[in-house]
Amino acid sequence: MTEPALLSVEGVAVDLPTPRGNLRAVDQVDLSVGAGRTLGVVGESGCGKTMLSRAILQLLPKKARLSGRVMFDGQDLVGLDPERLRKLRGRSLAVVFQDPMTSLNPVLTIGTQLIETLQEHLELDGNAAKRRSVELLAAVGIPAPEQRLMQYPHQLSGGMRQRVAIAIALSCEPKLLIADEPTTALDVTIQAQILDLLAREQRRRHMAMILITHDLGVVAGRTDEVAVMYAGRVVERAPTPALFKKMRMPYTEALLAAIPKIDAAPHTPLPAISGRPPDPTRPIQGCSFSPRCRYAAGQCHREKPSLAAAESLDHQYACFHPIEVAAGATA
Amino acid sequence: MATLELSIGEEVAVTPVRRTRRLGPLFWAAIACMTFVFVVAALANLLPLPSPTDMDMLERRASMSAQHWLGTDGLGRDELARLIYGARISLIVGLCAPMIGITIGGALGMLAGYFRGRFETLVVGSMDVLLAFPPLILALAVTAYLGQSILNLTCILGVLGIPAFMRVARAATLVLARREFVIAAQALGATHARILLRELLPNVFLPLFAFFLLGVAVTIVAESALSFLGLGVPPPIPSWGTMIGEGRESLEIAPRLAFLPAVTMFLTVLSFNLVGDALRALTDPRQGAL
Repeated sequence: MTEPALLSVEGVAVDLPTPRGNLRAVDQVDLSVGAGRTLGVVGESGCGKTMLSRAILQLLPKKARLSGRVMFDGQDLVGLDPERLRKLRGRSLAVVFQDPMTSLNPVLTIGTQLIETLQEHLELDGNAAKRRSVELLAAVGIPAPEQRLMQYPHQLSGGMRQRVAIAIALSCEPKLLIADEPTTALDVTIQAQILDLLAREQRRRHMAMILITHDLGVVAGRTDEVAVMYAGRVVERAPTPALFKKMRMPYTEALLAAIPKIDAAPHTPLPAISGRPPDPTRPIQGCSFSPRCRYAAGQCHREKPSLAAAESLDHQYACFHPIEVAAGATA
Repeated sequence: MATLELSIGEEVAVTPVRRTRRLGPLFWAAIACMTFVFVVAALANLLPLPSPTDMDMLERRASMSAQHWLGTDGLGRDELARLIYGARISLIVGLCAPMIGITIGGALGMLAGYFRGRFETLVVGSMDVLLAFPPLILALAVTAYLGQSILNLTCILGVLGIPAFMRVARAATLVLARREFVIAAQALGATHARILLRELLPNVFLPLFAFFLLGVAVTIVAESALSFLGLGVPPPIPSWGTMIGEGRESLEIAPRLAFLPAVTMFLTVLSFNLVGDALRALTDPRQGAL
């Protein structure tokens, strides 16, 4: 990538003090997204994906400590004046959350929530904001948008609610949209629709998008680049086609193997990743995946591999024993 | 495809109709009782009633008659007029005092629950101090010191209600502030004031209002207790508590003088409680489901 990235996360680490000791939720993560491009962040629950997105937005819990730099559009968001940060959020940075049941205010109508956001950021008057809300709802595929404005979130289905949440996020034409597991709480049939909607709006508005998910399948056709996270670190990072053609990190391979195959015979055992993610309050020596890795050898238990580029500059991974065979054949 | 679109259109036409929630006949009876007391108290001046303070020494403790529908009290004052004018005092104090509580307590509770930290510790601590004081003794001391007046009585009962409202507001805010929609609002660049007023207040208001109705009931009883002890509204202004207190002297001759205001107060307080409980039950499961 030659163009300067819209967002670049440089050496970001998030520490959460807990009663059991310091918890390093995000560990030295470097990422970047250019305008109009999509980055997928993949990893299992508790690997620090959400904390990373909160770190980008500077919406970490009060006790959390953040280090590193988050450069967005030429300025560092870390330590930025709260008032300027507030203006940036919503206007340039927007988020879609996992659960549309809780990310919409239950006692305000859809219209109120949309119109007030528009009035706040774009300084539109009431009628203009209302007209724009109707357009936005129509754009995200909600039938009869004018009637919907008067409804409360509990009167809509889960998929509809997520569409509304996307409409609110898109309302001020953000430059970067962070979608934090946008389809996890939804039906499988709705998932594809929502992902297609996000992809369509992203292309149309030429905005950058970070798609956070635990499902490699979600990332496969819809992202330009993928970063795989494990225990707070990025363990493999590559352009999407390269990753699926030739994954190097055993964890990525294991994640892919854990996706149920539709053509598998009934009662085929699902190849789950054995063991559990490491306790983040007790950092382990060596590669954090080594206790669960079937390729792990002596060095893996002693030293932490660093994220480094190998054959091509784009494809980075943190592993001493990368997979040599083309894994694409099994996918 | 055409048929599909058609069916969506029909469905939308139906959905905006509001669902009516079942509240039961008891709730409506309580509402009717409350409305009746309100209307009669508000229109007391327009009703053809004798003055509640005019004494008629020849007709002391007269029984019910066409002239005095509910008879007269120990000083020959019309009992019905005193009941109705007494309702005014009970309702004014009973509504104004919890309003002080809901405003100050609600604001403190929401700020404490939202901002947490040292401010919360300070608020909760000072409210605990206020709670540790025996409320009736405090009210007695203040009215004895500052003098008996409706304003003093309202203020002291209002201040005593602040800790309870603060706790309800803080508890509700603590739960809500962790919900994703608050983070979503922050992510959309909302200010603290906007989050508190537009996102949290509409959510906190429902439980707070249900508690307000219970507060009205408690305050009416507290006002009566103080009046019964002779430290409520100054005589000769009638109040239900004063009437019960005065009726006590003639319990053997004319028990109705104590029982009538007691029954009126009981029914009023009961209806406030029933409405408050119904509203609380209505808001609670919905909050949980969403």
